Amino acid sequence: MNYLYRKICLFFILSSFIVFLSVFLTSCTPQENAANTEKVTAWHWMSDREDAFQELARQYEAQTGIKINFELYAPSDAYTQKIRAAAQTKTLPDIFGLLAEKRDFASFINAGHIYNLTEDMDRDDGAWKDKLFKKALVVNEFREKNSFGVEAGIYGIPIDVMNIQMLYNKDLLASAGWDPEAPPQTWDEFLRLNRLLKEKGIQGLVSGWGEIWMIYCMATNYAFNIMGEEKVLDTIRGKVPYTDPGWIKVFDLFRQMRDEGVLATGIVTMVNKTAEQLFANNRAAFAFNGSWCVNVYSGMNPDLNYGVMLPPMVSNSHPMMIWGGAGSSFMVNKRSINIAKAVDFLKWLTDDEQQLFLLRETKNPPSNRYALEGIEDVLSQFVDDMDSTTHPNVWGVEEFPVVIETLNKGIQYIIIGEKTPEDLAQEVQKIKVRELKRWHERWSK
Amino acid sequence: MRTKATIENYLFVLPAVLIFSIFYIYPFYKVFTLSLCQWDGIANFNFAENFVGLRNFKELLFQDRVWWQSITQAGYITLIALTFQNAVALALAMACDRDIKGGNIYRVIFYLPPVLSEVVVGLVWRWIYDGNYGLLNHWLYNLGLGHLVRDWLSDPKTAITCVATIHCWKGFGWGFIIFLAGLQTIPRQLYEAARVDGANSWQMFKSVTIPLMIPVFILVSILTILGTMQVFVLILSMTGGGPGYHTEVPVTRILASMIGSSRFGYACSQGIIFGVILLAVSFIQIRLSRRMNKA
Repeated sequence: MNYLYRKICLFFILSSFIVFLSVFLTSCTPQENAANTEKVTAWHWMSDREDAFQELARQYEAQTGIKINFELYAPSDAYTQKIRAAAQTKTLPDIFGLLAEKRDFASFINAGHIYNLTEDMDRDDGAWKDKLFKKALVVNEFREKNSFGVEAGIYGIPIDVMNIQMLYNKDLLASAGWDPEAPPQTWDEFLRLNRLLKEKGIQGLVSGWGEIWMIYCMATNYAFNIMGEEKVLDTIRGKVPYTDPGWIKVFDLFRQMRDEGVLATGIVTMVNKTAEQLFANNRAAFAFNGSWCVNVYSGMNPDLNYGVMLPPMVSNSHPMMIWGGAGSSFMVNKRSINIAKAVDFLKWLTDDEQQLFLLRETKNPPSNRYALEGIEDVLSQFVDDMDSTTHPNVWGVEEFPVVIETLNKGIQYIIIGEKTPEDLAQEVQKIKVRELKRWHERWSK
Repeated sequence: MRTKATIENYLFVLPAVLIFSIFYIYPFYKVFTLSLCQWDGIANFNFAENFVGLRNFKELLFQDRVWWQSITQAGYITLIALTFQNAVALALAMACDRDIKGGNIYRVIFYLPPVLSEVVVGLVWRWIYDGNYGLLNHWLYNLGLGHLVRDWLSDPKTAITCVATIHCWKGFGWGFIIFLAGLQTIPRQLYEAARVDGANSWQMFKSVTIPLMIPVFILVSILTILGTMQVFVLILSMTGGGPGYHTEVPVTRILASMIGSSRFGYACSQGIIFGVILLAVSFIQIRLSRRMNKA
């Protein structure tokens, strides 16, 4: 009896172990082998566009018989981690969006995860390419002899465009005695208007500067305006130090905004959603925000009376450049067995009709420049300013992430009065020198 | 026959050993090897190409000022949790240990905060503390304490304490339950005997409750230290580590290295150093507690 009992136990344990091992090994098998040829899977993080994507997927299936399986993973941080994990296990879907800086984008390509779309774009005399905003395509492009060692080409398809600008509340400007149709064009006018607003008890500028990348965005806008593109890029290349008077002038703008009381209460830890709520509810006269805000504001307060303007200029020697380009892009998995189907779907997605549908449903400027029919006024202003856009992904050089973090956090310190612009310049330069040294050591090895 | 029995015995423990190896030993080995490399988490990993020796550890220990600031800040929150949070938990446990009316209702109420989602708690308190339309400032105004009104989470003087307070509010329920369980194991006769001998409440607490509760204090302290040093979700949902680096804690720094800077190797070395620190603190605490117990 005892012998039989032990045998049963042994059998049970061994079979459980085999089942466990099979499940474990099966889950480690790359998905590509099991891919369904009539189904294309796409991952994205854009929760606001989920319904529109599902509708488009239904339409595409009805037209072609190919099922597009959109899978939403939000928030964006979780999505980023999922994409990285899937890349390591080689289980990326046929189509996926990428939330990454140019360096990481290049790493994905070099690791063989992203398909080069250049040939597909150039087909039919480049008809597909010509439809799309050039500024949006360039964000997904790697040029010849780029510093990332990536084969030249286009690696992503923009589905919309965006840029980040200053928004102003016309009603609040009017209540401060300022002509709402003539927003401030220069920095001095901006400060003067803010004094008027302050007298009326109206907050000046809101922005999600708790999400620190937006600080870097504004700082580089003004760096381009004060020093010009070449000098900014030379700083990133390590040829111009951050202690240069031009950079100190950029940092000093944040001190001026602090001293003049321009910045809304709590801006240093404010998330963009809170900033959007404050602006939409007429609690602040200015917002520094991206074109996606049009959809957000219309949901929060459809009666909001506002306009869009480039950030007020500090200097006339160089143009004001704003961040912009592709809003969201889709990449095709190079290891997918459905590459052709994925490319066909993306071509269909960026066609006039689908782009107009996305514009209507999501209020994001389309990447197709022929799909602007019926675009709202504010959105049209955003599109008009696409010529003034730039983006770190098109600079050809990239700042070290730790330098960007030091700069962003340092500006927060200026805003809370714990650092001067000069202190920050010294600190950022110190980190920059350290990172450059490390980079040289690595590459010389 | 004996060999067969030995083989059988090994077969019985084999699944557990394999599971332990796959899910504990292998990941730890992987983290350690990655900590010796410079890798972005995306490119194909090649140990020989990415190997940088102990450079990540050197940078972390001697150059990363923000990392040590984050450790200090987590230490500050832990200190508040160890004292304030556990004192409140013990006081409430002692109150509930008596035969009071509605004792079970109090137990449920006190245990509610730990059950709530940390993200939800963080977002709700962020709203309460908000400088623009926060409830706290609204109440302070109405109570005639307008001079205290401030932007609680953006003010470097108050941000970390605000987060620590909410962490305590959220965490005291655990301590409460464990203290209560500990208190209920103390034989009532001891208190009766002490009372017959003329001991007052303070003397009973000092001479009966505290000595018998020492093992429980040790357990709660270790859990508090380990739990609080790893505080993360509250920070992320309330301040994001700001203003500046004023509310950064080790786990937010690890995340910043991993996702923000794509420095997986460095993040792994941060994880290892942080683990060693926690291990050392727990070890010291156990030693001290044993000594106290003997005394």
